[in-house]
Amino acid sequence: MNVASNSTESIYSQTFGSEEPMSERVASLLVCGAAACVAMTFLWLVFDVFWSGLPFLSFDFLVDVPSSAGRRGGIGPILVSTLLILGVCMVVSLPLGLGAALFLSEYTSENTTSSRLVRYSLDILAGVPSIVFGLFGNAFFCIYLGMGFSILSGGLTLACMVLPLLIRSAEEGLRSVPDEYRAGAAALALSHTRALFQIILPSALPGIMVGLVLGLGRAIAETAALIFTSGYVDRFPDSLMDSGRALSIHIYDLSMNVPGGNNNAYASATVLLALLLCINAVANTFAHCWHRNLTAEAST
Amino acid sequence: MKHKYSLHLLLVLLISALLTGLANAAEKKLILTGSSTIAPLVSEIAKRYEKENPGLRVDVQTGGSSRGVADARRGLADIGMVSRELKAEEDDLLAFAIAKDGICLITNQSNPVASLSDEQVVKIYRGEITNWKEVGGNDAPITVVNKAEGRSTLELFLKHYGLKNQEVKAHVIIGDNEQGVKTVSGNPNALGYVSIGTAEFDAADGVPIKLLPVGGVEASMANVKSGEFPLSRPLNLVVRGQPEGFASDFIRFASSSKVDDIVKEQYFVPVSN
Amino acid sequence: MSPYRTDRILIGTLRCAAVVSGLIVAVVALFLVSESVPALRQIGPYRFFTDSAWHPAPHSGESTFNLVPMIVGTLTVTAGALALATPLGLGSAMFLRFYAPPKLGVIYRKIIELLAGIPSVVFGFWGLVTIVPLINSIHAPGASLLAGICILAIMILPTVALVSDAAFEVVPKEYVKGAAALGLSRWATIRGVVIPSAKSGLFTAIILQTGRALGETMAVLMVCGNVVQVPKSVFEPVRTLTANIALEMAYALDPHRSALFVSGLLLLTLVAGLVLLADVLSRRYECSQ
Repeated sequence: MNVASNSTESIYSQTFGSEEPMSERVASLLVCGAAACVAMTFLWLVFDVFWSGLPFLSFDFLVDVPSSAGRRGGIGPILVSTLLILGVCMVVSLPLGLGAALFLSEYTSENTTSSRLVRYSLDILAGVPSIVFGLFGNAFFCIYLGMGFSILSGGLTLACMVLPLLIRSAEEGLRSVPDEYRAGAAALALSHTRALFQIILPSALPGIMVGLVLGLGRAIAETAALIFTSGYVDRFPDSLMDSGRALSIHIYDLSMNVPGGNNNAYASATVLLALLLCINAVANTFAHCWHRNLTAEAST
Repeated sequence: MKHKYSLHLLLVLLISALLTGLANAAEKKLILTGSSTIAPLVSEIAKRYEKENPGLRVDVQTGGSSRGVADARRGLADIGMVSRELKAEEDDLLAFAIAKDGICLITNQSNPVASLSDEQVVKIYRGEITNWKEVGGNDAPITVVNKAEGRSTLELFLKHYGLKNQEVKAHVIIGDNEQGVKTVSGNPNALGYVSIGTAEFDAADGVPIKLLPVGGVEASMANVKSGEFPLSRPLNLVVRGQPEGFASDFIRFASSSKVDDIVKEQYFVPVSN
Repeated sequence: MSPYRTDRILIGTLRCAAVVSGLIVAVVALFLVSESVPALRQIGPYRFFTDSAWHPAPHSGESTFNLVPMIVGTLTVTAGALALATPLGLGSAMFLRFYAPPKLGVIYRKIIELLAGIPSVVFGFWGLVTIVPLINSIHAPGASLLAGICILAIMILPTVALVSDAAFEVVPKEYVKGAAALGLSRWATIRGVVIPSAKSGLFTAIILQTGRALGETMAVLMVCGNVVQVPKSVFEPVRTLTANIALEMAYALDPHRSALFVSGLLLLTLVAGLVLLADVLSRRYECSQ
């Protein structure tokens, strides 16, 4: 038997024929090789970061105020600011993005001029460099709308940035819902609203979650867009109108600007990675629960 | 259905938290922008100032010296941070020195070259000397590290050596100081220049870099302090017009001896008497 | 019209969301144009391509504003990263869906998702202390086009992997089962059935990653060397348009600042052109089918 048949428990758990053992073997080798390459690079990087960061990590580090420009002390205020920025970003972009995705994929034909225009502009938006978002956010939110260097400006700038990513993935997720479901809902004379919330959204959830995780990932990792919007101040924010330094800016400053900041830069990077793991886990659990809950509801 | 209610509740809570956050905007704020060299120092000073004067807030934003000048002029910031002396055309601003700093050349620790004459430095940066063996080192190409346009470190360096940025043949262009240190420590044949404070701290911390003397004077904080070191600069807070109230109080605090320990901790030289 | 009132409200709301989302890019563009106008008026659009070099700061004598080396830098870094990341990303998605045992697949997906979230600063930091010295040991100065390509490829890879995986998921399982029933091998199924029917999703993946690559700033800034020149080999340093903005924006004053906005506008135009191209290509593909 060929190489591929050793791993028949793939996601499709499908047994395939094996007419071309040679090309088959080469393909398997290439695909698995690519995967191994990616995994190795990832592990190299993560181990490097964790290895250098974990020794400086403690509970105090998470809650303490940074001192001596971040060389000593912790990242308490920076964590709070980061979470607030993410919160603002998601509160704004999630409903907007989901709404836009639903409209584009469910309630308008793909070929109307307006939908094509919106889609086109979203594709462009996805490509706008983050640094340009930073400039835009600085001039629009901070100066034009008078929000100043603040968590709000930062969050809103990030919301603009992750929006296309959210919409794209949500659309992909919605497209994966079989048309029979929609036809079935229509045949049962369900209202659009009910069909949407009870049938279409739950089945599109995996795709939406991918978008959410990608979006959160991109938002939490962002530096360039935040440096001109949410600012550099590293104390506990009083309100959303207060300037607050995000974790990634802290890492940038520690590694590029503060001599002797390497250790805490590594430690902060470790926290950032751990935070990302948490977001991932929460999103997955949430999706799982919602899905189960809704299927249970539907069956009663 | 329980889950749906809890979801709604969560949303309501989030939104109300946002609104109260909005309503709670700060009372009295002083905004400083400018030089990335000064920003970490002033952040620390601001923290101490806030502790001594509860109710007042000092926000420090980073950027660059030219931004410090521009923001102070346009009133976008109350105080600008500028890591050089003010130029003749900037006489509309008032400068208050809070510390001193120097700039020195750095090489990798493994590099046997112990010093470079001013002439050699000029030739290296012009691309006329391209190999370390021409200045008594190993047979290896020199990697010239230069700073990005607009940095006051760059301006000072060019002015001291009488160079023009157009004629500099650089191999790597860096932004902030630590990037320069990391570039040089990772490349045995690199030559760069950074703030002495940064270099001294890193060298003491075990980073494999070496500080070269400038014009025969050893690059150290002590020589910057004594005024012997030729490539030094003041770190200034600048304001448009005579500062008043809050701003003037902060400037007085930042240039007083109350913050000497902070200045030293950030590897700069205090200027207070 | 739907008989339900909630439906009308719903669709109205959704339409609003779509319009607002679509308008953001217009606001960004409007703003970029308005900030670029002073430079375009004072310097004129041609000098950005014909000047002798990029020396925009007035203190260095006559200001010159040649963007060409940075455009070339941006394009070469992006193209190199795409060439490296596309096969790896597609391979990852295929591995995830068709080759990996379920448990390994779950782990691998976690890895990719985590990789997507690693901040560009961390990539840059890591690249600067790991990749750059490595390349330097092969050919000085280390900070080079190659370093940029490597780091950028790692950065955009997860996007292409996750989005192509989502595209594979859309392929009806019946197709795969059918192909298997016909005795097609795994690779033949992927090549003949899965990829063609996932084509539009794969295009999305490529557009998304190209956009990300063009726009990446911090990591590229840290590893590329940032010398304004047209690179003659992959070992030479380059400066990208985005790195240029990040390096100089905080320091730039009037005409210089405006010139940086022109480069931002140029990036936006580049992305717009790319999207148009992808649109035309995918439509031509659909027609030819």
